[in-house]
Amino acid sequence: MTESISAEQFGSSRVKRGLSEMLKGGVIMDVVTAAQARIAEDAGAVAVMALERVPADIRSQGGVARMSDPDLIDSIIAEVNIPVMAKARIGHFVEAQILEVLGVDYIDESEVLSPADYVNHIDKWNFTLPFVCGATNLGEALRRINEGAAMIRSKGEAGTGDVSEATKHIRTINGEIKRLTSMSRDELYVAAKELQAPYELVAEIASTGKLPVVLFTAGGVATPADAAMMMQLGADGVFVGSGVFKSGNPEQRAAAIVRAVTFYDDAKVIAEVSRGLGEAMVGINVSDIPAPHRLASRGW
Amino acid sequence: MTILSVRARPAETAVPAGLRVGVLALQGDFREHAQVLRELGASVDLVRRSEELAPLDGLVIPGGESSVMDKLARTFGLAEPLRAAIRGGLPIYGTCAGLIMLADTVLDGITGQQSLGGLDIAVRRNAFGSQTASFETDLDIPALGKQPVHAVFIRAPVVETVGPRATALATLDDGRCVAVEQGNLLGTSFHPEITGEYRFHRYFLQKVAAAVRR
Repeated sequence: MTESISAEQFGSSRVKRGLSEMLKGGVIMDVVTAAQARIAEDAGAVAVMALERVPADIRSQGGVARMSDPDLIDSIIAEVNIPVMAKARIGHFVEAQILEVLGVDYIDESEVLSPADYVNHIDKWNFTLPFVCGATNLGEALRRINEGAAMIRSKGEAGTGDVSEATKHIRTINGEIKRLTSMSRDELYVAAKELQAPYELVAEIASTGKLPVVLFTAGGVATPADAAMMMQLGADGVFVGSGVFKSGNPEQRAAAIVRAVTFYDDAKVIAEVSRGLGEAMVGINVSDIPAPHRLASRGW
Repeated sequence: MTILSVRARPAETAVPAGLRVGVLALQGDFREHAQVLRELGASVDLVRRSEELAPLDGLVIPGGESSVMDKLARTFGLAEPLRAAIRGGLPIYGTCAGLIMLADTVLDGITGQQSLGGLDIAVRRNAFGSQTASFETDLDIPALGKQPVHAVFIRAPVVETVGPRATALATLDDGRCVAVEQGNLLGTSFHPEITGEYRFHRYFLQKVAAAVRR
């Protein structure tokens, strides 16, 4: 013990990563109004993501997507008791400063918004609040963790209702982790170079076989079966963006996805909760989206 | 940069072998609890269904979102069997959300939130405020020995009222109670399971062993 009794430490790595641990096995839902936040909390969401437009609308309406209006974030914080997350643009450290002052619990440095910096991500060690960042592969995840991210979210392709990219990204990350665990030290030096990530972090993962932070998955999850599949593929929890509130019956679908995540390995329960949910979000196939319009390619 | 938690070695003080302890696995950090309990020699079941309660000698309710655990416990018919187990004297240890689940009274819960009850206390949910107010600190807990307990508080609850049947085990400097016990029930506002602190789990397993002997 180095600290003396009663020296309180705020915003330490353990406190930041600790909140991520408590969210595990849960569903984090995108909400754009206080009323939607209420529905999400009532359905059993473990946290809500406050934003102005869900990714499906950002995609269809186009234009620059930015941090939400503080009034909207305030109204959502006032409505619910579960943790509230909000998105800042990649590299936009002032949006992050604003979110910290507003009293959200978690910041998502998100590729769903228009990037503010095409070179640098936010130095997340500078903040008391924890950050979640997206990643499509292990190297990207490790660079974010090196910058201070307390949770990684595999990106998928947000706003599509097509889960194939989410599948690809979580399989890629977990596959690359598995590969590291079989390497000798001389190979790990090369792996670190190839992953463009610090050797210490690479060596740590090679020995533990997992990321040092929680790994959620996101991007295209629209059904209880999608969510359960992500859990079976090794996710610690699931983000659902447009999938809930772009569907025919948000209350029922939200509750069904929560249940499917808890009983992700029990097909009977997943079958039961999948009944009579009404229309899922219509969605678009990722293969129909031209590469420059794919959100997952943002972040470096 | 990379923060590896240094796990304190489980001390040699006896935790009887062969205890079967469940960890409620509806949501939250149940795997961390399972890991600590296994390292202390317990055989661990992850529990999501009422029929999984029957063979247990003890149960841990982990950290997580208490409102979510409450909802899932009721949806899947686990809440009443859990209440019956508490009445029947099953030793249960709750951390953070688990403490809230064990409290007779919950303040600042979400609309309609219920607890299982058992501990004669009133707990205020998320008593410190948003995540910027989450912290770690050392606590003096005489019941666990001289060495301070390193405690992590994450959007944590505090025990606002300790009723006559419950006993406070730890308080913050300002006097607010953050750990309690009552018979076979134990609860902490903080998370020994993520700091490599084994003493609470060992203390709990001793309760479990005593209950098995009776």
